[in-house]
Amino acid sequence: MIYEEPRFLSGGDRAIFIELGDSIDPDVNQRVRNLQFAIEKAGIPGVVESVPAYRSLLVYFEPLHISAPEFREAIGDLLQSLTSSELPKRRLIEIPVTYGGEFGPDLELVASHSNLSAAGVVRIHSSARYLIYMIGFMPGFPYLGGMSPDIATPRKTTPRLKIPAGSVGIAGNQTGIYPAESPGGWQIIGRTPLELFHPTREPPSILQAGDYLTFAGVTPDEFDTIKEAVRSGTYRLREKSIE
Amino acid sequence: MEVFEVIQPGPLTTIQDLGRSGYQQFGVPTSGALDNYAFRVGNLLVGNAEGAASLEITLPGCQLRALRETMIAIAGAELAATINGEPASVWESRLLKRGDVLSFPRLNSGCRAYLAVTGSIAVPLVMQSASTYTRAGIGGFGGRPLRKGDILQSNKNTASAKVARMPSEYIPVYGNRIALRVILGPQDDLFTEEGISTFLSSEYIVSTQADRMGYRLEGPRIQHREGADIISDGIPLGAIQVPGDGLPIILLVDRQTTGGYTKIATTVSVDIPRIAQAKPGDKINFQQVDEEQAVTLLKKYEQQMETIKSRLYA
Repeated sequence: MIYEEPRFLSGGDRAIFIELGDSIDPDVNQRVRNLQFAIEKAGIPGVVESVPAYRSLLVYFEPLHISAPEFREAIGDLLQSLTSSELPKRRLIEIPVTYGGEFGPDLELVASHSNLSAAGVVRIHSSARYLIYMIGFMPGFPYLGGMSPDIATPRKTTPRLKIPAGSVGIAGNQTGIYPAESPGGWQIIGRTPLELFHPTREPPSILQAGDYLTFAGVTPDEFDTIKEAVRSGTYRLREKSIE
Repeated sequence: MEVFEVIQPGPLTTIQDLGRSGYQQFGVPTSGALDNYAFRVGNLLVGNAEGAASLEITLPGCQLRALRETMIAIAGAELAATINGEPASVWESRLLKRGDVLSFPRLNSGCRAYLAVTGSIAVPLVMQSASTYTRAGIGGFGGRPLRKGDILQSNKNTASAKVARMPSEYIPVYGNRIALRVILGPQDDLFTEEGISTFLSSEYIVSTQADRMGYRLEGPRIQHREGADIISDGIPLGAIQVPGDGLPIILLVDRQTTGGYTKIATTVSVDIPRIAQAKPGDKINFQQVDEEQAVTLLKKYEQQMETIKSRLYA
């Protein structure tokens, strides 16, 4: 639920949290995104950067340029006018995924855990629209909301030492994508040929907090074709604006 | 221009500047010099801008050969620096000749030394910074710590650096007991009164799990009200996270940008350089200050930096 009055929480002498609600909720998160946008647009002097999360925005500022009380006052005014500010449309981004086989070694396990066929898991996973609540944990890693509880599966009891970059997995009632090779305990059901994060690209992350994504199944051959296009810089991300 | 060959890298030597900002929203930590006091002074001593890329040398073992004549300054931890085996002065600039071997053989005090080079170390900027974030292989020298045989480049020496020496009263002393000043929050309300009091009155010891990401401490366990999990939010520099085991972790420049554990307090900015020079076994206690006191401390710190600058260039 959205708080009537936002909570300002201390993040030390150079940062402040603005907490806007008490739960993981698309409306609360939308407000976080709006606030970040409004702060950027207002160009408040002394603001360094901000980090959106599920229900709060952490704003870093330069205390010798703007005092915390001055900053809180400036934010208070912005919060008043939030609904009327012109917000950018959200993007819906399509993430191609090859499910199963060597790309998704745990697909069968998720299927049997869910009493579904592998195709049934893929159908459910690729038909939902997922909200990117925030990016964190590692560069470009999206925290997604919106997965069907029908395919929820616990993590592996023993994590794998190496999960390839692009792996799409399920952990409990969450789904996610590993932007880089990493150890991890998620049940891996597929892999995307896209590079979610690339340090020398601007912005470096394809995904941004507040956007939505969908997964679209592709064949292993299509995987290779897309991967090659990504490598040569000719791949065009499939995205559209949504209300 | 080639300036150094790495003979031995030591346990962890990386290229750092003041860090990258604007990318935490994409999950990219700021990185940057952990002790920004020694780092900035090192640069001032060789006539660089404060934020010029330098080497952060963690613990002893690093050895470099100068490939050309260059002005350098060593600041921060006392690693018993030598040039061709002779003791080298620190916290002042000096000229290295081609072929000179600079070594950091032994730890006397502190944890991290900075080597500034006139003109700065030259590497391609990644996300507008030269800083190395080794966990994701981003920035610095190919995203990694230096290795034996690496050749470092420097930018052309534009300033005609003269020899400068840090006024001795501004050289920090690195002890084994550190009092860190903290501001409570953002989740201090999720701890019991007893928990807060344990945190503020106990002595903690830096564990062996202490690096640029964070310092895990050992000592009395801090009591939560109902548990250590929160809805994940951002993590400020110097945040003191207390997970379920009740033991505090001070989160530093390579920290994850977001996290799901309670944070009891945040270290004030001016004390980050002090934790940066702490090493396993050192003792830490926490002192509560408020926002206003922290800003006063920060003003003093920056005034001191201005004084140093004016005295160096007097």
